[in-house]
Amino acid sequence: MSEDVAPFVGPIRATPAIAPPQIEGTSFGDRLYRWATTGFALVIPGLLLLIAWEVIHAGWPALSKFGFSFFTSSDWDAVKGNFGAAPAVYGTIVSSLLALLLATPLAVGVAIFLSEFAPSWIRSPVAFLVDLLAAIPSVVYGLWGVLVMVPFIREHVMPFVKDTLHLGDFPFFSGAAYGPSMFAAGCILAIMILPYISAVTREVLRAVPRSQREAALALGATRWEMIWDAVLPYARSGIVGGVILGLGRALGETMAVTMVIGNRHEISASIFQPAYTMASLIANEFAEATNDLHVSSLMAVGAGLFVVTIIVNVIARWLVWRTARSGT
Amino acid sequence: MTTQSFTAQRRATWRSYRDQLAASTARTLNRRRAVSQIMIALTFVAALVAILPLLLILWHLIRQGAGSVGWAFFTHIPKPAGESGGGMANAIVGTGIIVAIASAIGLPVGIFAGLYLAEQRTARLATTVRFLSDVLNGLPSIVLGIFAWGMLVRPFKHYSALAGGMALAAMMIPLVTRATEEMIRLVPVSMREAALALGYTNWRTSLSIVLRTALPGIVTGALIAVARIAGETAPLIFTAFGNSFWSVSPTQPIAALPMQIYNYATSPYDDWHAQAWAGALVLLGLVLVISLAARFATRSGAGIGSD
Repeated sequence: MSEDVAPFVGPIRATPAIAPPQIEGTSFGDRLYRWATTGFALVIPGLLLLIAWEVIHAGWPALSKFGFSFFTSSDWDAVKGNFGAAPAVYGTIVSSLLALLLATPLAVGVAIFLSEFAPSWIRSPVAFLVDLLAAIPSVVYGLWGVLVMVPFIREHVMPFVKDTLHLGDFPFFSGAAYGPSMFAAGCILAIMILPYISAVTREVLRAVPRSQREAALALGATRWEMIWDAVLPYARSGIVGGVILGLGRALGETMAVTMVIGNRHEISASIFQPAYTMASLIANEFAEATNDLHVSSLMAVGAGLFVVTIIVNVIARWLVWRTARSGT
Repeated sequence: MTTQSFTAQRRATWRSYRDQLAASTARTLNRRRAVSQIMIALTFVAALVAILPLLLILWHLIRQGAGSVGWAFFTHIPKPAGESGGGMANAIVGTGIIVAIASAIGLPVGIFAGLYLAEQRTARLATTVRFLSDVLNGLPSIVLGIFAWGMLVRPFKHYSALAGGMALAAMMIPLVTRATEEMIRLVPVSMREAALALGYTNWRTSLSIVLRTALPGIVTGALIAVARIAGETAPLIFTAFGNSFWSVSPTQPIAALPMQIYNYATSPYDDWHAQAWAGALVLLGLVLVISLAARFATRSGAGIGSD
């Protein structure tokens, strides 16, 4: 150590008591620390592998017995030992898409309002309230859904669509008005995923460079034209990522959906009819499953859910990551 | 190469956009302004519509639930169907026990994994773990439930609080990991360098300087994770299972507030519905208090992480 390394501290005498800083730790303590943190980090991949192994292994008897028809057959009979999860797969997809259809325009609208137009005294309380939607437990949504929203849908929304709008013969809205239905599930899911889509959209809008907005305004665009023509195209893939992230949430959402969807193992074109989702099928029947094949079938449904949500999430993260990176 | 084409592409977009705007001067400017005003108003309406369900839920919770939340609710165990009264004392304690088990497992794993991710930022293993942690976070909670059932209920042939706690710990780990990583990344490198320059070893620098500086932020992250798992039902139905009586044993089935709400809400009895509303009010109150405590932890801490 020469003296000019630390000119402001004064000359450094050779003091062997103080070891030079080691960026790559070689002492025993450092190695132990390194191993320990690495070990804890490895818990995460380990856990995922264990989950994958468990659900696929436990679901294998059903998957190998029924083959691909497990996901295409509608026959679900625990007594006869026939298991086909098609209605649950269908219900999962339709209820999630319905939720996206309702939530996306709202969530993007909220995000635009909050990040572009809202005066600051409105921004933080509204942002707080929208975030609060994500803090409400699923079972509380379910309780409110089954005791308040479902009766409201049965007594007001369904008669309105059928009698006032005369859409009762339209296959999407046909059948008796029960209340618990695919439509109710879509509504409750829409409320639940809205904060997620909105949060990601706000994040992505924040990543859009200021120059992009200024350029549009300088060319004479109105404030909305600036958003529509300059900001949204730039943020598009990130917003799509947020929507897909919401889709991932909706696909796996269990309790609230189980409580309002009516749990009927049948495929119906009408969204006013009761339906089933993969998650609610597991939630409802798992504790009562008696024979091994039934348990295995439910595990196989879980394995399907596992695979689908992983694919959806990977796509979403990739889209969001790509936009966030190009913005900086 | 890619940057070049990207810039060229943007330039082309802007050029066509300028031409479009020039063409639109033929239309009246007033119309464009009106459209702009209407759309801005619509985004405001979207915000109103988005918070409407929240206000409705809060309103119903308070109106229907507040009446049943009394001293008895916190001190009695559930009455059998048909008898009014009773409380959810066992479920509240049960939720506390399950969350404690989950935190005992999830917090250390999450914090150390987060330390690893922040310190080995670019290592290939760190990138992989970070990605897989997001994947784990996106898994439906019901899948974690059947996983914990297969691992901890099936082999032992009975439900237990421990199995429920483990299922929730699996939910908690990715949340705490990412929160810890974010917070540790905010600690200035100069602090680490200062400690190293004073002769601290790497591990002491990490634990007593870096981790300690980031602690308020990590506490916030941990509390948010706790708030998130405390309201979970799906992973508990076939692990902790529920219990209508007092039980504090980790190896026995145990009651939990969210499960109790679920059972009561799906029952046909009005008394139980009232109890479910009360339970939901208490659960939401609990979650909100923890979330507010999380904000407070960051704000009061002298460290980093506050706005």
